[in-house]
Amino acid sequence: MKKSWWKILSFVLLMYTIVAGFLIKVPRLPILNETIRNLFFHVCMWFAMMVLFIISAIHSIKYLRTYHYKYDIYARNYASVGTLLGILGYATGAVWVSVTWITNQNQSFGSVMKEPKLIGAAIALLIYGAYFVLRGSFTDIDKRARISAVYNIFAFAMLFPSIWIIPRIVGSLHPGSPGSDTGNPALAQSDLDATMRLVFWPAVLGWTLLSVWIATLRIRVELLKEKNLLPK
Amino acid sequence: MKLKILLSVLMIALFACTNTVFAQGQVEMADVMRGNGKIYTVVAVCLLILVGLFGYVWLIDRKISRIENESKD
Repeated sequence: MKKSWWKILSFVLLMYTIVAGFLIKVPRLPILNETIRNLFFHVCMWFAMMVLFIISAIHSIKYLRTYHYKYDIYARNYASVGTLLGILGYATGAVWVSVTWITNQNQSFGSVMKEPKLIGAAIALLIYGAYFVLRGSFTDIDKRARISAVYNIFAFAMLFPSIWIIPRIVGSLHPGSPGSDTGNPALAQSDLDATMRLVFWPAVLGWTLLSVWIATLRIRVELLKEKNLLPK
Repeated sequence: MKLKILLSVLMIALFACTNTVFAQGQVEMADVMRGNGKIYTVVAVCLLILVGLFGYVWLIDRKISRIENESKD
């Protein structure tokens, strides 16, 4: 195995996240109860997704500057693992919704479906899904790499209005919008309990490193397969 | 300066909210699970899953490294 300190670090951090995540004392909040601990999983998925999409977009830009095929492989695989993380983040959010908004706050399924943040996240993930569909439609490798690099950059740019900007402007139950009780979710000083912060940031790092590891594995496989296409 | 005022007002508002929460009674938490030690079962299960997943990823990493070294020769 390609020994890297950061792989071991991710393992250690995630072990710490799971042990500490369930055992530390968390603020006793109504409605949320113990589910506040989902912060270490649900929110971390989205953080890791953002990091991976940033890396993917950078590699797309590098491809357009150098036309070196390896950057296309990097960009594609980072986007792929990033999309997986987005789906996991969405799924964990859905589980969280069912016990908090729907059970405790008596929201209906219909009102949850109209949540701006959820719609925005779905739009962002679908845009990245379209990236893969686009890639599949080409037979010519260079054209595929070039067009999908351009699309990747636009897809990355679309993340910001759909997930971050619009849900913060319109009313929403999701933390971070007017209409919910809190400001910047998980980041503001007054919002995140000091004990939780001790677990949250290592968790973000751990999940990000794990997803980067998985992406690098995919990249190495693809580099092996496409060896004859890459310049020595 | 304005930001500091805004933050301190927010803090006061948040603290004021917690007072009302206490007035309604204790918030339910997983004290039962912690009390009878079953929380450790939860932790152990999750750790097991994590170790399993990491082991899988590590094995794949090793396999890929082996193929890379072979193809280099």
